[in-house]
Amino acid sequence: MQSTAVPPKEARQTPALLGGLIGKILLYGLLFFLALLTLFPFYWMFVLATHAQGDIFSAPPPVWFGDYLMRNYDALLARVPFIRNIWNSVYIALMATVTTLFFASLAGFGFAMYEFKFKKQLFAFVVASLMIPPLLGIIPYYLIIQALGWLDTPRAVWFPGMAGAFGIFLMRQYIASAVPKDLMDAARIDGASEFRIYWNIVLPIVKPGLATLGMLTFIGQWNNFLGPLIVLSSRENHTVPLALRTLQGLIQTDWGAVLFGTALAVVPLMIIFVLASKQVIEGLTAGAVKG
Amino acid sequence: MQQRPGTPNDRAHQPLSTRIDRWQRRAAPYLFISPFFILFAIFGLFPILFSAYLSLQVWNPVQGLGTMRFVGLENYVFLLDDPWFWRSMSNTIWIAIASGLPQHLVAIPLAFALVMGVRSLRHPLTAIYFMPYITSAVAVALVFSTIFGTQFGVLNQVMAYLAQASWSAWLFGGLADTLPINWLGRAAYIKPAISILVFWQFFGFNVVLYTAGLATIPRTYYEAAQIDGASTRQSFWHITLPLLRPMIFFAVTFTIIGNLQLFDQPFILTGGTGGTAQSGMTAAMYLYRTGFEWLEMGTAAAISWLLFLVIGTLTVIHFYFFGRSGLETRE
Repeated sequence: MQSTAVPPKEARQTPALLGGLIGKILLYGLLFFLALLTLFPFYWMFVLATHAQGDIFSAPPPVWFGDYLMRNYDALLARVPFIRNIWNSVYIALMATVTTLFFASLAGFGFAMYEFKFKKQLFAFVVASLMIPPLLGIIPYYLIIQALGWLDTPRAVWFPGMAGAFGIFLMRQYIASAVPKDLMDAARIDGASEFRIYWNIVLPIVKPGLATLGMLTFIGQWNNFLGPLIVLSSRENHTVPLALRTLQGLIQTDWGAVLFGTALAVVPLMIIFVLASKQVIEGLTAGAVKG
Repeated sequence: MQQRPGTPNDRAHQPLSTRIDRWQRRAAPYLFISPFFILFAIFGLFPILFSAYLSLQVWNPVQGLGTMRFVGLENYVFLLDDPWFWRSMSNTIWIAIASGLPQHLVAIPLAFALVMGVRSLRHPLTAIYFMPYITSAVAVALVFSTIFGTQFGVLNQVMAYLAQASWSAWLFGGLADTLPINWLGRAAYIKPAISILVFWQFFGFNVVLYTAGLATIPRTYYEAAQIDGASTRQSFWHITLPLLRPMIFFAVTFTIIGNLQLFDQPFILTGGTGGTAQSGMTAAMYLYRTGFEWLEMGTAAAISWLLFLVIGTLTVIHFYFFGRSGLETRE
């Protein structure tokens, strides 16, 4: 990043460049209109989730919440084991998150705080691996999972990505900026092993970075579709997106139930996002901004 | 660094604990970074090499490894002559452009307006634009498939209203003849429908990238321009755009790589089939169906390599034309 990013104080006090009252009203009008367009599908999803199939397919469509929510819930559970599917998603996302936090911070620590042979090349390799399209290895990925006997198990989804390159990159940047090198030497003089330094000293310092990476990993894994689609076959082992796909594929799609399910898929992430949107956004764009 | 031992003789006489300590210190960084390389070797590098090998074979996995048969470039020859392959490729590029280009054309001025014109509401607005990006593509695609409904979809109903209401008929009246649009059923409308969804889901990500890029442009540049009598529009064209070029370069790279691998959204919107006359089938979908529905693993692996070739070529072209100049301004 450029050091000139922070302007001097007097510069920040100058009025905004887009002047004029009319211009201001037009600008805000446009921005709010776009925000409404962005939010509308979410609103629509919640509205339809509370209506019966028959109301959803009527003209004019319902624009306000109905009273069919619980019956849609029952209809959903009658078609797919959705509680089980939510649990599968939570389990896979949590396993991915915990393992990623550990391995990514450990590797990030290695790259940030040590000097060793081929460090530059090895780190360049990690970053370059981010550029490989995941689709390239998708067929052999299935075959490896099959060979390991992991088909239709959760670890087929979370295990392969638990030391992901993006997390390592993110944690390396964070640790390099947050942990002073003197601290390492001080700990060594006290007789701490290298792993102890990581566990007892570095991890507590980089908690904010871990929180960001944790949220990003959880979100990514919660939404993951193609990976689970390939390796998870039975309905009890499906994750939430797969269960939604199953509902859509049934001969008589009950859209009230489908939209109730999509709402359940979206709400947890909305809660995370409302609580920590700044961290999520900054984390996801950190690679590009610093790149 | 660490203190060096005096002579080799000394080292041998050092207590065991000291030697262990020295060893763990030297080995530590390699141990710390090794999980990535082990996992990448198994689940990253090996699959790539194996898919190259597989693309030269004919193989149905149900019949076991023994039935694998070497056929040379036959899979590639077949694909280059396969109308479905070409259709899926051109669909992919069509959707990539139709959904990708508007993302940037909207996101750049939008980010400019947010940074320059809006103070207190900048963060909440950006967060709203960004929200679709973090939601499940499957979930939002299902919501959009109700929005795109022919008879009762809200999009058609809004357009029907706009086409006949007195205040808007002068602008939208022309639509009346084409309504209701069968968005997900008629071949001509499937790609636009997919592109609308993809645009909606990803433009906010680009807004965030560009606001971050704009924050690195010193405000004093704009003030100097203002003193010289430059309008906002002139500032945008002559200060913002040139200085934003590195970020545009990165953002477009993301869009190219991501859009060419589009799978979830077209898969759900077309119910997994690719739609009427395969007009919504992307290359990623064709790859999936070839491998996991028709069990032609060799052909599927060849598709993945051809797709990789296209992604690589377009990325290199993009680097060649925009990368160097983009990176120079960054120095």
